[in-house]
Amino acid sequence: MAIAPRLPAVIADRASLVFLASLAALALAAPILNLAVPESSPLHLSSYAVGLIGKYLCYAMLAVAVDFIWGFCGILSLGHAAFFALGGYAMGMYLMRQIGPRGVYGHPILPDFMVFLNWTELPWFWYGFDQFWFALVMVALVPGALAFVFGWLAFRSRVTGVYLSIITQALTYALMLAFFRNDMGFGGNNGFTDFKDLLGFDLQSDATRSSLLVATAVALGASYWTCRAVLASRAGRVLRAIRDAESRTRFLGYRVDAYKLWVFVLSAVLAGVAGALYVPQVGIINPGEFEPINSIEVVIWVAVGGRGTLYGAAAGAVLVNYAKTYFTGALPELWLYALGAMFVGFTILLPHGLAGVLPRRSGGR
Amino acid sequence: MATARPDPRAPVPDGRRPGVPSGMSGSPACLLLAACLLFCPLPAAAETDDQGFRTLVGEFAGANFREKEALVERLAATGHPGVPAVLTALLEDRLFERERDGRVFVVEENDERLAAFQLLDSASLADVEAVDPELLRRIITNNRLRRFLRTTMARFGLSGPDAAARLDAVRELLRSLDAPTLDLLRRRALRETDPDVAFEIETALALEALDHGYPGVRLAAVETLSGRLNPVVRNRLATLLETNEDGGPLEADAAVRAAAVDALWQIDSMRNVYSVIETVAFGLSLGSVLVLVAIGLAITFGVMGVINMAHGELMMLGAYTTYVVQLSMPDLIGISLLVAVPAAFLVAGAAGVLIERTVIRFLYGRPLETLLATFGVSLVLQQLVRSVFSANNRAVVTPAWMSGTLQFNEAFSLTYNRLYIVLFAIIVFGIVLAVLKYTRLGLDIRAVSQNRAMARAMGVRSEWVDAMTFGLGAGIAGVAGVALTQLTNVGPNLGQSYIVDSFMVVVFGGVGNLWGTLIGGMSLGILNKLLEPFAGAVLGKILVLIALILFIQRRPRGLFPQTGRAAEGA
Repeated sequence: MAIAPRLPAVIADRASLVFLASLAALALAAPILNLAVPESSPLHLSSYAVGLIGKYLCYAMLAVAVDFIWGFCGILSLGHAAFFALGGYAMGMYLMRQIGPRGVYGHPILPDFMVFLNWTELPWFWYGFDQFWFALVMVALVPGALAFVFGWLAFRSRVTGVYLSIITQALTYALMLAFFRNDMGFGGNNGFTDFKDLLGFDLQSDATRSSLLVATAVALGASYWTCRAVLASRAGRVLRAIRDAESRTRFLGYRVDAYKLWVFVLSAVLAGVAGALYVPQVGIINPGEFEPINSIEVVIWVAVGGRGTLYGAAAGAVLVNYAKTYFTGALPELWLYALGAMFVGFTILLPHGLAGVLPRRSGGR
Repeated sequence: MATARPDPRAPVPDGRRPGVPSGMSGSPACLLLAACLLFCPLPAAAETDDQGFRTLVGEFAGANFREKEALVERLAATGHPGVPAVLTALLEDRLFERERDGRVFVVEENDERLAAFQLLDSASLADVEAVDPELLRRIITNNRLRRFLRTTMARFGLSGPDAAARLDAVRELLRSLDAPTLDLLRRRALRETDPDVAFEIETALALEALDHGYPGVRLAAVETLSGRLNPVVRNRLATLLETNEDGGPLEADAAVRAAAVDALWQIDSMRNVYSVIETVAFGLSLGSVLVLVAIGLAITFGVMGVINMAHGELMMLGAYTTYVVQLSMPDLIGISLLVAVPAAFLVAGAAGVLIERTVIRFLYGRPLETLLATFGVSLVLQQLVRSVFSANNRAVVTPAWMSGTLQFNEAFSLTYNRLYIVLFAIIVFGIVLAVLKYTRLGLDIRAVSQNRAMARAMGVRSEWVDAMTFGLGAGIAGVAGVALTQLTNVGPNLGQSYIVDSFMVVVFGGVGNLWGTLIGGMSLGILNKLLEPFAGAVLGKILVLIALILFIQRRPRGLFPQTGRAAEGA
């Protein structure tokens, strides 16, 4: 087993430094190129591109969350997009309440879809979402609580490997079916959209978009640092021990279930925060986010970037999604072929992902 | 009437003079009759009868609906053998007036695409001439007249030789009981030999007795009707308990009312029993679908330990194979499904072997990686059918023998496609089981899955066995795809909608155990259908998923876990 970096050197390895530095550079450059550089200049970054980069960074954060548990603890979750979507829904509920009387039906409190369904009052679980702090708490709490309950049940009874993967898939599938129902109170098929502003800032304005991009970059950096910190600690070593030999770790006296549970919850919270940042930037959240295929795609990003590196996962998310944007625009016919070939090719030819091609890896497989 | 119940398709019973058989005769009988009329010298009596009959039928021309109703009654009263044919023709819009002379004829086939209509003589059904439809005027009917016709014909059917036809006739008559009908039924009851028909006649007579003056008769009638599932009976009994305008009970006698309450309770509880049976039957058919889609996975995932995310797409290949087979044999839709089953097995099986040789063999022992790679394969296959067949759904025809309903009684019926799917799933399951158990390939498959190294040492070509096993699992997926064409849309997303379900079945039943797959699939199907009435389809499915997640907590290795060395893997 590779020797983990010591605590003071949490991010002192070269790859992490490069990753965080380029993230910071991006967070600085994108707003400047978008806001300060005039549109006529070739260096100008369009608002569309800013939104796109912000979206990619959210995906990168989700990929980091998945890599954290898959790459370092061997938990392959095929339902992580569910936590992402739950965080997104929590933020979406806040944004819906912010619309206030400006909706199509002009109801002072009820969101449009409730008026449309002839509801007369706000369901109890919508209370509090007019407060930003409450929404923020929920963004972390709801995915975290679900992960806690689910993980507690699963890890305690030692559901591992492919069984765990399949029941996480069942989890997101069940949530998708549930959120498609109109009477759940989450907008049914259409979800939430048509958001107006966040904390009083217009979501359509360039400044807000740039700020959201910076906020996402900061969140991504922070989650990267958090994961690194956990991995550099004693707990991090136990996690890797669990990944490599679960039974042996248990026999050595470590409470494997507890370790797994907490990293799972942490990962779910990170995914939830990523989702919350995602929704104001793309302007919509609907039950389609819960589709099992989305969760599987996240795993692909990680596999492409390089499992067990964190920065590789983030890079993989950005690269695959950039390729997706490019292909679906330019060659829509070929996108699925390319994606499929990517999955097959990377798992067979490059099992360590793109990060595996780099001369020196950190994080230790 | 013959008590021996001759074949309904048989011509006019022997020993009768042509021209005066009684009862409803099918059209072959009529044609035979027509032939006789053409070639035999006819008795004079029949001749005049026929003449009178023709005149009577002729009166339909220019009659209004009320007069037509009276005419139908008069026609029926003649007892002429041509009556059923003429009334059927009237009901089916096949009775026409020839404009040239105002005479009325039966038309062989009323199809506007025909250039000429074949006119038949109303009394003998002999060919008269073929006429341009422009020169004919249809005898029109309205709803009321058609209802009257149906009742009248049912009365005729009541004395027919075919028990099934008599049963239909009595059921038709039950809806509109009046004095002459009851009279007819009462007389029929004395001679009826078929128990089912007698039973329905008894129902009808008991329904009438409910209006009888003596409470004792009413009471007996209620007791007779107790437990009969015909909705007419239930509605009629329920009216006994209603109140009239004064607020008093419609049925004066308290004992009768009490008996009616009992009878209703009994009917309702029987209906409940049947609805439970129906739910279980629906559940079994849903379960069969789940078993079908999961068997292939049980082989690839259960026996080989390969998580084949492309399983759904292999089913999709099977479904598209069915579509292509139907395209290539448009005249033989009836047997196209039977041809499609082996074709789909070969197509999907070949695709499976290809996938195994090019992708999966590099990934044995790394289940999570196979999951990713096969998911990639599934995307490629989806896009492939999009490129070849377009993204739109394709229409697969349901052969005639698949459609229709099997009616057990008034409260319980099953569509044939549900029955066939259960049958098909059982057959496929049996074949797979037999292949694994009794063939050389099955022996090799089991040997390699239990101990690869030892099997190789014994001379088993494990690589070849891997390819064949995966091919078998893929082929079964293709066969499942043929069945799915009868249940769902054939499109590029067909596979995706079943992949979660099929994994659930395999995991629930226990990996590596085919019986577990069968029992797992069936119980999930039944559970789903049991929950549906209370929770609705979607919520029911969610509940099943949650129950499954909880179940796996309790028994992480499914209903029938593998034991011993094989279980140590994963």
